[in-house]
Amino acid sequence: MKKSLKERLAILSDAAKYDASCASSGTARRHSGKTGGLGSTEGSGICHAYAPDGRCISLLKILMTNFCIYDCAYCINRSSSNVERARFSVEEIVWLTTEFYRRNYIEGLFLSSGIIRNSDYTMEEMVRVARSLREEHRFRGYIHLKTIPEASPELIEQAGLYADRLSINIELPTDKGLTALAPEKQPDRIRRSMGELKLKMEEMAEPTLVTKKTRRFVPAGQSTQMIVGADGANDATILSSSARLYSSYELKRVYYSAFSPIPDASRALPLIKPPLVREHRLYQADWLYRFYGFDIGEITSGLKDGMLDLDLDPKLAWALANRAHFPVDINRADKAMLLRVPGFGTKTVGAILKTRRNRSIRLGDLAKLGVSLRKVQPFVTTPDWSPVRLLERSDLAAMFAPRPEQLALF
Amino acid sequence: MQTVYLTGRGDFGEWRDRARALLLAGTRPEAIDWRVRDGEAGLFAASLPAQEASPHGMPAERMPLSVPRAFVELAESVICHRDIRRFALLYRVLWRLQADRSLINTAIDQDMAVLRLMEKSVRRDSHKMKAFLRFKETHPATDGRRRFVAWFEPDHFIVARTAPFFQRRFTDMDWLILTPKGTAAWDGERLDVTDRAARRPDLEDQTDELWRTYFRHIFNPARLKVKAMQAEMPKKYWKNMPEAALIPELIAGAEARIGAMIEAEARQPPVRHERRKSVVTGEMPAPATGLQALAREAAACTRCPLHGAATQTVFGEGPADAALVILGEQPGDTEDLAGRPFVGPAGKVLDAALAKAGMERQSAYLTNAVKHFKYEPRGKRRIHQRPNSGEIAHCRWWLEREIEAIRPRVILAMGATAVEALTGRSDVFASLKGRQVPLGEEAVLVVTVHPSYLLRLPDPEARAREEAGFEAMVALAGRLA
Repeated sequence: MKKSLKERLAILSDAAKYDASCASSGTARRHSGKTGGLGSTEGSGICHAYAPDGRCISLLKILMTNFCIYDCAYCINRSSSNVERARFSVEEIVWLTTEFYRRNYIEGLFLSSGIIRNSDYTMEEMVRVARSLREEHRFRGYIHLKTIPEASPELIEQAGLYADRLSINIELPTDKGLTALAPEKQPDRIRRSMGELKLKMEEMAEPTLVTKKTRRFVPAGQSTQMIVGADGANDATILSSSARLYSSYELKRVYYSAFSPIPDASRALPLIKPPLVREHRLYQADWLYRFYGFDIGEITSGLKDGMLDLDLDPKLAWALANRAHFPVDINRADKAMLLRVPGFGTKTVGAILKTRRNRSIRLGDLAKLGVSLRKVQPFVTTPDWSPVRLLERSDLAAMFAPRPEQLALF
Repeated sequence: MQTVYLTGRGDFGEWRDRARALLLAGTRPEAIDWRVRDGEAGLFAASLPAQEASPHGMPAERMPLSVPRAFVELAESVICHRDIRRFALLYRVLWRLQADRSLINTAIDQDMAVLRLMEKSVRRDSHKMKAFLRFKETHPATDGRRRFVAWFEPDHFIVARTAPFFQRRFTDMDWLILTPKGTAAWDGERLDVTDRAARRPDLEDQTDELWRTYFRHIFNPARLKVKAMQAEMPKKYWKNMPEAALIPELIAGAEARIGAMIEAEARQPPVRHERRKSVVTGEMPAPATGLQALAREAAACTRCPLHGAATQTVFGEGPADAALVILGEQPGDTEDLAGRPFVGPAGKVLDAALAKAGMERQSAYLTNAVKHFKYEPRGKRRIHQRPNSGEIAHCRWWLEREIEAIRPRVILAMGATAVEALTGRSDVFASLKGRQVPLGEEAVLVVTVHPSYLLRLPDPEARAREEAGFEAMVALAGRLA
């Protein structure tokens, strides 16, 4: 008997939840105000709900089908798994997306799929969903399509004309790891797809000869995901892999997904609680690379076993290891150095630069900018504060270490 | 002390008109007592003090009075805050701005810091309204348009401020948003906003059940982070969100679900999987010969570590019987992405020189000494790195096979790396540049600079000189071939 829509929704959202990405931000601004239709995107994304795993629910994140001919050990949908299988029709996905959207549950659709028959067939079905949403339903919400590396360039081009974002998962930080755990996936094919997409985006950004206009093509760019903790790769390997991806393919994001136990899991993998703190530290290091002017080498040099310190955020760890650069005079230092002060975010640095044009900033003023004085005090000087003795303390790191857990009464 | 009464339900114009009049009358901030009228608007209207006339007898609201644009934006937002102190605070900052315009950029000023906090709170409230408001479908309108109703409880007077967002988004349906702090309605043509308090409607929507199904199944029990959820979705919103009722049971059952996954016995793969495994997948590649076979082999090359960071091997391309081989250093950024040699900026320089010499690019075989792109990641860009002697030596294996297969009459070596790859020596480029020398018994080597070197020359004169030399050598290679 055919499963009901509700039953299939259950199966195909279960199948999709291990993809960390749910972002709906960074795309072109558009709305339905003048043209009728449904939907808008206004720059910043919106999280319409949060699940008890703390993750934002912004998009309807589902698989078209969880039947799959691949057998990737880490994946809930691998062909050797006994999970229940189901499939949506193109019309059903379109219906769910627009009806959910009308009730303001979501910003749009994140559609992925197991590989059925072959790559082009699967990709074509996904493109049909996007085309139907855009053309028949005049849907202007957000669409993220997962692309299939082996799909033909023509299909990828069509997908890019309808979708806001395309992504291909790199899955594991090294080629060796991927080949071991996902025998059917080809790491070089994945990289080539990313390269082709980047070139396509550059090409589409040029005005066409005939119309002199640029066509909208994947306005929110491409992203990828790496699984953390399924293979033996350390943080240094993961981060240099990310740097390579960011610099090569202009990825908007690399998502890190701590490997977590799945139903009917492969015994080849560690079935332990997902390393969530590690995942968090990787995101922090990733931010340092993208927004704070750090090189990956600066973050990873001197790490024990190539692993980030779980107790200290990577920026603080860097500052403690490089005390010669501190304290920083917040009324004089350049932007690059201010960005390296633990406890200062990009917004704080912006506010400091703006404010100090008019007046000198004192230590107490920082609190008004929402800065934690305890955290920045050792690293800054102001006209009324100098931390020299604090910075020289050998137990400075210990001052930031988390308090030991209180022993439970027995 | 002057008492000023306002409706105070998020109407910026109301406050602005009063503030402007007071400012023009020179009323000091500490001399004003700002109050919100209780009950129905208009009850006290008769007893409100008349608008102050300006010293020039003009109605105050028409007097020119300039303030920084950023202040207006800030005030429009802060006026929606529910805290009664907002009126006085905004007025004090308006007063102080007359003497010191830079105040608006001074985040560390006490008044500004409080205003920015209020602004943030209003922005967050408005954002949460966009996020957590839920429409429920009701009977269609007489013209058949679908109609939806939502109930939301904002902290501040943000309905008028946030309603246009819903208009831009839900244009093709009628909707009504009800809140205790005002209402908004859209019928496809008009957006009607009021500041009247509404009552909570009693509505059901079948689709909520599907949404709950989604919420239940998108949750990963192995990652329970209740605090993170509540920081972004505080409990006060839950009562109006259809999915929130599931949260307690999802939290309670998480541990057991994970335990069961970890404890579960390994199961046999389904029959479908076994059947598929027995089918031979993938076509056998057609047998290839010569350069084709070489290119395919090279695609899987791991002779040196460069393959790990590059996108792909960029092998040579051109006819197998080419008389001319053009040899560069290594693929660049564009070549690495495209998988073809000389398609980036340096390739354009080469193309131009070939065209100038009346030569066809397609008739030559183009390749590089090193087949993988070597670079350093730097933010969003890749910084080209010169291959070292070891990498050149490893990759020479491929270059030798290419030359062996083609047996060209002429090799145009561009740059020091190309020369090193052919001669095995890193110190001869300078002396060979601009010359032709025999290479082995059959071929002639023509040496010039790499086209990317031309792109890097900042001095136009030097560039023109080098370019002329480069073009001459390209033409010479063409003639010899």
